[in-house]
Amino acid sequence: MHRASRAVSLSVIALVALGACKKKPEVAPAPVEQPASAPQPAPPPPAPAQPTCDAACVEARNNAAKGEAIRAATAALTATIYFDLDRSDITDDSRAKLDAKVPVLSQNTAVRIRIAGHTDSRGSDEYNLALGQRRAAAAKRYLTDRGIDGSRIEIVSFGEERPTCTDESEGCWSRNRRDEFEITGGQITAVQTSSR
Amino acid sequence: MTRLLRAALLVAAITTIPLARATAQDTLQQAIRIGLRYDPNTKPGVLVLRIPGVTGDSLRAILQRDFDNGDRINVVAADETGFPDAPIAGKNGNYPLYAKLGAVAILQATPTASGLHVAVHDVAQQKIARVKDFAIDGTPNSRQWRMSVHNVSDELEAWVTGVHGIAATRVAYVQGVRNGRLYVIDSDGAFPTPVGDDSGAMSPAWHPKGTHIAYSVVGSHGCCQIDILDLASGAARRIEAVGGGLNSTPVFAPDGEVIVYTHGEESGTDLFATTAFERGPARRITVGRGSDNTSPTFSPDGRRLAFTSGRLGHPEIYISDADGTNPQPLTYSVGDQNYRSNPDWSPDGRLVAYQSQQTDGSFQLNTISLRDRSVKQLTSDGSNEDASWAPDSRHIIFSSTRTGSKQLFVIDSESGRWRQLTRNGGVRLPAWSPPLTR
Repeated sequence: MHRASRAVSLSVIALVALGACKKKPEVAPAPVEQPASAPQPAPPPPAPAQPTCDAACVEARNNAAKGEAIRAATAALTATIYFDLDRSDITDDSRAKLDAKVPVLSQNTAVRIRIAGHTDSRGSDEYNLALGQRRAAAAKRYLTDRGIDGSRIEIVSFGEERPTCTDESEGCWSRNRRDEFEITGGQITAVQTSSR
Repeated sequence: MTRLLRAALLVAAITTIPLARATAQDTLQQAIRIGLRYDPNTKPGVLVLRIPGVTGDSLRAILQRDFDNGDRINVVAADETGFPDAPIAGKNGNYPLYAKLGAVAILQATPTASGLHVAVHDVAQQKIARVKDFAIDGTPNSRQWRMSVHNVSDELEAWVTGVHGIAATRVAYVQGVRNGRLYVIDSDGAFPTPVGDDSGAMSPAWHPKGTHIAYSVVGSHGCCQIDILDLASGAARRIEAVGGGLNSTPVFAPDGEVIVYTHGEESGTDLFATTAFERGPARRITVGRGSDNTSPTFSPDGRRLAFTSGRLGHPEIYISDADGTNPQPLTYSVGDQNYRSNPDWSPDGRLVAYQSQQTDGSFQLNTISLRDRSVKQLTSDGSNEDASWAPDSRHIIFSSTRTGSKQLFVIDSESGRWRQLTRNGGVRLPAWSPPLTR
């Protein structure tokens, strides 16, 4: 099930990459897009048929694939994680998201990040600054425990001073109890298909 | 018996006539104290006579409102149409009329070239008890002028009740929940005035002399640095010794030389101290071992600190020596309520005010006695936070949602009577100044 959905998303990535190449795939499973695979997003408009993909085409295709992989790695590295009320423990959801950041950081040693801890609007404004700090520190500790050099990770807190939403409901509060990740230095260049 | 009493009264009346005639003269002995014994449970009635001159109505309104806000004096309302004349002692004197109105003291003020001449009449003794010439600075109804008048109110309140008033004070606060600005407002709600240039200001704290305000500034990359604003020059200076990272909730020690503040690192958030006006090292105070320790407040003798600590897994109020040793919990969990924070030590040292989260998520203000640890809940309407004591150790400024958006309110911790101070929503983190003399 999980594997299947991953395969689907991989093929989407491949199709997007091919679309960027604007050429027909050599070894495409189907010469024409199959409308049968309904859940897939609409692929790019079919390009006029070309006999082969020359060297430039291959390179472009590889670059496109790599660009997409870098975008995916960047998204993984900057994905926000969320916390329970008044807690700084890493939840199961957050653990998966943090695990996805580890290979990106370990393969791109020039990359530096800043983790900003935030809280919801309940609680004391002053105490929440400290709580945000603790949340940022918890994520940093998770990453350094997995071999990432701590000097590459800056932590800050905004407390409840920078909410993403302001209505007083659990839906909003849960979105504000978060760590945000920002790349502050270096570039993601190395991307490996990791077994996550 | 009655004859004897009448004779005595007659003698008293005769002897006071010349004094009463000389209503507003400085020939009276300044040392005479008004013979009232102040009982906190009863408010002495004071009638403020109409004040002549173009600013008379303003002056009288300010004095009356200051007395009313002080909650120690009952401002006696006279029938404005048939307003009685200045009291005259003697056989046909009108002191008894004032007594009937409930006044124990009459305040008679007369504008002079440099300010205000004030005579206070003791109604029971049917004579002027005390007079003084007060200087009033600034153009009428300016900020400075009103502060001069508030100073008059406060001293007169001390004459009548033995306790100095709190009218000549201001409140610093933050306007705006995001990118807040620092403001200062008079104790009666006049002149809300932005101070400093910083956007993102939080947690203002007054210097014990009222000359400076320390506060934290949230930057674009996170919280915070600590600035000290010189109110006279308007210039703010950054405290470099705190270093990077989280620095918040500064407070001045009672000596005015040291500030204690919150500094957060990966290893936890603790209280630190450094010199306020000279470059000095930062020195750790609390050892929270990874917990959150913040919002410090000094005991008036400077020997102890109260602060919020999460060392038991949820925020409670702790007390330690000023160097961080001997930390002890001051508050404990009660039922489901396991969130108490933002302590403020009363200037008389008796109580610590703090906020306690209720099961419905709202905060209510409590005080706890340092003597017997008895707790008193002060509020119940809306959510109430950020308590800061007035210099009289009786009134508290706080933020509340009781009328909708967050506003500042003043509550009398003795009677529970409250009033709204600000009219612009989205204000928070108030700090009451020390007495501000001109």
